Amino acid sequence: MTGGVWLLRRLVASVAIVFAVITFIFILIHLAPGKPCSENLDPRVCTLLTRQFGLDQPIAVQYWRYLVELAHGNLGMSFSLRRPVWDALVETVPFTLQLAGAALVFDFLLGLGLGIYQAARVNRLPDLVLGNATLFIYSLPTFWLAPILLLVFGEKLGWFPVGGASDPIFCPQVDSLYCVADRLWHLVLPATTLGVVGAAGTARFQRAAMLEVASQDYVRTARAKGVPERQIVLRHQLRNALLSFITRFGLAFPFLLTGAVLVETIFAWPGMGRLAFDAILTRDYPVVTASALIASTVVVAGNLLADILLGFADPRLRVHAAADADVVTA
Amino acid sequence: MSVLLRVRDLKTYFVTEHGKGTARAVDDVSFDLYPGETLGIVGESGCGKTVTSLSILRLVPEPPGHILPGSLIEFEGRNLLALSAPELRAVRGNQIAMIFQEPMTSLNPVFTVGDQIAEAAIIHQHLSRRAARVRAIEMLRLVGIPDPDERVDDYPHQLSGGMRQRVMIAMALICHPKVLIADEPTTALDVTIQAQILELLDRLQHELGMAVLLITHDLGVVAGHADRVVVMYAGRVVETATTEALFEHPTHPYTEGLLAAVPRIDAPRARLHAIPGQVPAATAWPPGCRFHPRCPYAWEKCVAQEPPLLETRNEAGHTARCWLVTEPERRAPKR
Repeated sequence: MTGGVWLLRRLVASVAIVFAVITFIFILIHLAPGKPCSENLDPRVCTLLTRQFGLDQPIAVQYWRYLVELAHGNLGMSFSLRRPVWDALVETVPFTLQLAGAALVFDFLLGLGLGIYQAARVNRLPDLVLGNATLFIYSLPTFWLAPILLLVFGEKLGWFPVGGASDPIFCPQVDSLYCVADRLWHLVLPATTLGVVGAAGTARFQRAAMLEVASQDYVRTARAKGVPERQIVLRHQLRNALLSFITRFGLAFPFLLTGAVLVETIFAWPGMGRLAFDAILTRDYPVVTASALIASTVVVAGNLLADILLGFADPRLRVHAAADADVVTA
Repeated sequence: MSVLLRVRDLKTYFVTEHGKGTARAVDDVSFDLYPGETLGIVGESGCGKTVTSLSILRLVPEPPGHILPGSLIEFEGRNLLALSAPELRAVRGNQIAMIFQEPMTSLNPVFTVGDQIAEAAIIHQHLSRRAARVRAIEMLRLVGIPDPDERVDDYPHQLSGGMRQRVMIAMALICHPKVLIADEPTTALDVTIQAQILELLDRLQHELGMAVLLITHDLGVVAGHADRVVVMYAGRVVETATTEALFEHPTHPYTEGLLAAVPRIDAPRARLHAIPGQVPAATAWPPGCRFHPRCPYAWEKCVAQEPPLLETRNEAGHTARCWLVTEPERRAPKR
């Protein structure tokens, strides 16, 4: 099997997974109790709107209509926002990507660094201190950590803004260097909240991965060759430990996206998570389904990306044109 | 001839967990290695031969292992145990190199064999990457790998077991070391491949003039490839002799048992001899002679007092750690 065929297979499987997710979400949100009409709306208006949006039809019909629209690239109209879902997503998705991206970088840079540092000093004081610290942070629930950080660094110390993504007066749009800095400044608290727990997990994971590699025979071989200890850790061990790290990278996306819903809500970050959260409360079916579509696409794409990266990083997984004919026998 | 590698009173102990005590894996081992010779170290699993070989380059993982003070590993007049880390690194892979039992796991899966062979030349001889690659290809050719220009870019998983061991040998020899430690180099390979690898080692030893410390449990390997033999049992050297003398006049009952356990193609078909019992645990060696619970000749003295290495009457340098040397008339099986 060549790389192209493999990629094609994975892409087809990925589309199938996304399709399954939106089907599931579509059925689930329609089965949930409650209606898109708010309580103080005139019942006659509600009936009219229900008919207008086709919500009086059987769910199978609605589902079919949704798929036909989706195939035409139409995500439908939002009930509560009274505008196309697509427009709402275009506005909010970049914010979520900025938040999740910043959290991801924070998570992996800090986590990787700590894990490698700890593994190089295993069972010595820095390792023990960091080991307990990361376990503590890893145990913190985000819904508790977010308001605490907000209270301490936003309210008491006033170092960072307490909410929002930018200064509404000077930077309604990010169009200057000052506004980029302003955006980053607004990002610090939410991205830290979203990333720090993951970073603690990554550090623990990476330390274990490094130590597992440290006891391998080939590390002893490197030592027997006279390779300096630093090079053994950074070349021979890290390169192998990165393989399991890439897998973890692929698994991080679902946690980042679910975490984003909470963090965006608490920090008033105008992203897709908050949009989805509001949509669930108001039974805004098209927005909920579209959010699920975006989220599942990101998760599936993340996993695909991890697999592709792994293919490059691990020569044993590399697909050779004539792999079998290549094996040399003694 | 002057000694190249002198090992004296080597003690490598392991601290076991859960307070089961100290495993005295290597306990007072001494031997000499002369330039250009092949010294075989034989013994069954758990006798301490691998730990001995790892101790020479200080590759025993610490903790749990540690080499006790008072041990001496002298290479060209320098005590390796007293070297600083950079000094030791300059010896490793450069003057003393090592190959291991498992060519499958001893090569790093994510680097090409060429990179791994070249690494030692870059470190020790400060070659450029390009020059080291040329050297790596030369080494691959030397160890008999076909199409070395192409194989140099292969990853270990693309090669068979025998080829990987050849790569290990190429890697070990790229800096022309004076000593090659080969720890069970053929145990993981098919019999036909074993013979090829051992022949290769013989040829390279001849061409490069290095000394080989050949660790094995296989007396057949020793018979064909070693000049002298050290037999180890329970962390101790129990017999040393030239290969010829050892096979003609095995003196220690353990050596006798090992030789009797080798299947012979010309002997009538019979049940293979086995030494009764097992190697005792390294945390609790028996008192007196460590072999006495399994020895067919043992008497009271063997339980009470451990014999030193005694010079036998066969030839100079043939020693055995056995009271039979002083009381040969007792060499008659009980029963």
